[in-house]
Amino acid sequence: MQKEYKTVESISGPLLVVTGIEGVKYDELVEVEVPGENTPRIGKVLDISKDKAIVQMFSPTTGVQTHNTKVRFRGETFKLGVSKDMLGRVFSGGGKVLDGGPEIIPEKKLDIAGAPINPYSREFPNDFIQTGISSIDVMNTLVRGQKLPIFSGAGLPHNRLAAQIARQAKVTTGEDFAIVFATMGVTFEEAEYFKKEIEKTGAMSRSVLFMNIAADPVVERITTPRLALTAAEYLAFEHDMHVLVILTDMTNYAEALREVSSARKEVPGRRGYPGYLYTDFATLYERAGRVKGKKGTITQIPILTMPDDDKTHPIPDLTGYITEGQFIVSRDLNTRGLFPPVDVQGSLSRLWSAGVGEGKTREDHAQIKDQLFASYAQGKEARELAVVLGESSLDDSDRAHLKFADEFEKQFINQGETTERAIEESLDLGWKLLKMLPRGTLKRIKPEMIEKYLKS
Amino acid sequence: MNPEETTSKIIRVSGPLVQADNMRDAKMYEVVRVSSEKLLGEIIELNGDIASIQVYEETAGIGPGEIVVRTGKTMSAMLAPGLLESIYDGIQRPLKLIESESGDHFIARGIEVAGIDLKKKWEFKPLAQKGDVVSEGNFLGEVQETTLIAHKIMVPPGISGTVKEIKTGEFTVKETVAVIETKDGEEKEIQMLQYWPIRRPRPVKNKIFPDQPMVTGVRTIDTLFPIAKGGAGCIPGPFGAGKTVTQQSIAKYCDAEVIVYIGCGERGNEMTEVLDEFPKLIDPNTGEPLMKRTVLIANTSNMPVAAREASVYTGITIAEYYRDMGYSVALMADSTSRWAEAMREISGRMEEMPGEEGYPAYLSSRTAEFYERAGRANLLGSEKRIGALTVIGAVSPPGGDLSEPVSQATLRVTKCFWGLDGALAYKKHFPSINWLTSYSLYVENFKDYWTNNIAPDFAQNRALTMNILQEESKLMEIVRLVGMEALSNEEKLTLEIARSIREDYLFQNAFDKDDAYTPPQIQYGILKSILTVYKEGKAVVSKEDFNFNEFKKLETVKNLQTLKNKKDPEEFKSFQDKAHEEISSLCVGTSAD
Repeated sequence: MQKEYKTVESISGPLLVVTGIEGVKYDELVEVEVPGENTPRIGKVLDISKDKAIVQMFSPTTGVQTHNTKVRFRGETFKLGVSKDMLGRVFSGGGKVLDGGPEIIPEKKLDIAGAPINPYSREFPNDFIQTGISSIDVMNTLVRGQKLPIFSGAGLPHNRLAAQIARQAKVTTGEDFAIVFATMGVTFEEAEYFKKEIEKTGAMSRSVLFMNIAADPVVERITTPRLALTAAEYLAFEHDMHVLVILTDMTNYAEALREVSSARKEVPGRRGYPGYLYTDFATLYERAGRVKGKKGTITQIPILTMPDDDKTHPIPDLTGYITEGQFIVSRDLNTRGLFPPVDVQGSLSRLWSAGVGEGKTREDHAQIKDQLFASYAQGKEARELAVVLGESSLDDSDRAHLKFADEFEKQFINQGETTERAIEESLDLGWKLLKMLPRGTLKRIKPEMIEKYLKS
Repeated sequence: MNPEETTSKIIRVSGPLVQADNMRDAKMYEVVRVSSEKLLGEIIELNGDIASIQVYEETAGIGPGEIVVRTGKTMSAMLAPGLLESIYDGIQRPLKLIESESGDHFIARGIEVAGIDLKKKWEFKPLAQKGDVVSEGNFLGEVQETTLIAHKIMVPPGISGTVKEIKTGEFTVKETVAVIETKDGEEKEIQMLQYWPIRRPRPVKNKIFPDQPMVTGVRTIDTLFPIAKGGAGCIPGPFGAGKTVTQQSIAKYCDAEVIVYIGCGERGNEMTEVLDEFPKLIDPNTGEPLMKRTVLIANTSNMPVAAREASVYTGITIAEYYRDMGYSVALMADSTSRWAEAMREISGRMEEMPGEEGYPAYLSSRTAEFYERAGRANLLGSEKRIGALTVIGAVSPPGGDLSEPVSQATLRVTKCFWGLDGALAYKKHFPSINWLTSYSLYVENFKDYWTNNIAPDFAQNRALTMNILQEESKLMEIVRLVGMEALSNEEKLTLEIARSIREDYLFQNAFDKDDAYTPPQIQYGILKSILTVYKEGKAVVSKEDFNFNEFKKLETVKNLQTLKNKKDPEEFKSFQDKAHEEISSLCVGTSAD
């Protein structure tokens, strides 16, 4: 039964307070009919007491009146009609068809809030995804079912990096895969760039796009990633597809959340973000993964821009605590014209060990990765010393490491936007670079491996 | 009045917080069932006849006017054979049963499943006899729960008297296995299943001073910053510094007899990894699969927030229960910051006056209460028994900044601080425990233990190691300013040895099966060998005109890195002899010039 009220008591920011209500449920979907408008605006119940409901609107409250506005409680939570026909289509951040095509005939209607996956039913991600990018494949391996965000800053080419990953990502087995792409508050150009990239590679027919751009309603952004993930779950767990979900930009999402929170006059946590930001992020990020008995998987790459490149800002910080590592885009490498500017040391893939080794990549992968990390770190330290004291003050080993670090950046990291390297190529390149160093410094590799690979 | 007959109705819903009226007779922390969906909740505030309830399940679709049913019980853990090898959510529902009840990989709502298999029959062997006078905590019998653990059935707290009847054979946990006649002539039937309210510590006779280290096999911890059996420690660190890996490697290899691992508001895949790995991994202390001694509690970050708040209490109650049997138990909570955040969220919704950073004012008292449940204690019961409960909590300070409330509240009550360092993790030095800032207040307690069980000079070696590392950090400042050449040979030696300590001793690969666990004797051997080179070297390099590069070229010095591959104590002896020989020959060589 749908209930209709004309008792809007107050409006503040994105919130409406409706009084005199009865039988309304928490989290219920709400339609608000503003006089003189044909289509109702959508919201949901955020807090409900005996005769009063606080409704959070997904569209702006501009023009809404306390008088004459009709509020209809739909008796159900926000659901997305899903179908396999969503592939190849573009939707708004609120789930409306944007590409001028026909409406989707839903096979199912799914609650966009999703439900937590039972940890017992999960299966540990362990399939290697080859992105064709050495600094990722060798050093910070991405695994199917992982959630691995890109931490970037204003003006850095995170979009190009994400597009390159989306373009080149290969599941070696050649199974069905799809891209679900959602933008939250990015500029029109950015959104268009991604759309074009996807079209260029012919991946459009395997993609679902949800677009909320900067000009769109702020509060709608809270819904957008949930729509995307609901579609992804449907494709992965009911149609056995391997889904790559790209969410950009999580910073805008968090800001929308903060806006609602402050309108509710909640006690803020750090920097004015609500205390439940962690939990809220988790309900999105934890929707990645694999489950027992299902073939499909969801891999997530959320993108966020760190305000002032500050990793300790609540948004990257809380994200980092939930996701299984992060790719950091380095401003330094970018300034020096290297692409992709992945900060190898700052980046981390927590699941790398599950995706590498014999039968997945190659037996030497784990050890050479450790060695490259260690040697590169030492080289960078030597570089710092050289800046202070001059190169002449370095000993032989330090000088070799310094040279190694330079070449590592020039050859290994800087591979360009269009180069795609198979994992073996990347590993061999690593060995080639290690030849520049004295044998005695290769402490992280077992002698058998050095015998086998360093010679060839 | 029968709680079932009350006519409580919901008057407000705000996320996990629900308020209901007509609750005048309700108790604090009483368990209630909310709405016809029977969502599980717990009363956390009473105000007149209005109760605030934190609901352990998602509240979407719930609204005012729906019923709330009281159960009359406070939130309790079910304690009986069958706990080990289980994996629970925060309120002790087995995740496996939730899966079969939900029929899906998602967690459905309103599922009622018992924490313990009530149908399974266990072989009960009596330890007490008819006519024995027993008091609370006394053993009545035991059940071989897993190949590792004999589960003692104890007289429940609050009961004492004479054993009137005791049975032998196979029973379910709800069947009576003994009857005790109390002083007043009352007959109490005892089942294997007991309940205990999770927020109340289980009683012990008295606490005693912890003087035995818990061996973890992690070299940095055992040698530099050891923790006691019955101690409390914390691992704070920014993300990516390796909190979870460190916690897991302690859970895997430490010499506690029972492990309770709480994944509190952390990643789902991490729990899956533990689930996959523990049954396969072999405990180096017993040779049995690790799972046989483990209870897992997994309330991941996307599962309901209120259940996350309860999960640490559920875990510690189970841990105390095994401690009461006389076992040494280790509890890992990863991460207590998420638990604190859950408290903050509920507190915020109750519109309480916030303390620092929005956390409730009772944050530090709750934290202290939790860690105080750790300890080594003389247990209840007329037999003399000692049990220990070690608690290790991970803390996830925002941005790695330890001045935040949760870290500070934790530091005040824990005696071991393993400070994980983002900069070390960045250099891929793991475990990234910073040797300059971390501490253990137990070191003094262990001196006797080390002398008697490892070697008389263990404590000295440890102190010397710490000195060298401290010295290194000072010298590095100088090097950064004026370069290596400004240092004397002796200082160069210190740097060289400090590097070796860091790279060849403290660095430990938790993913390499040979390296992940080092027994104390081997730890001693490696460290002593490195320090032998230092001591021998010190006499030589201080000679005038000594070329330090000569020293670096020595086989012994080059071979320092191979030390950690040695498994036999004899090998260290021969290494030390060789070092002595080689370095003294250097002495002869230079003096001959």
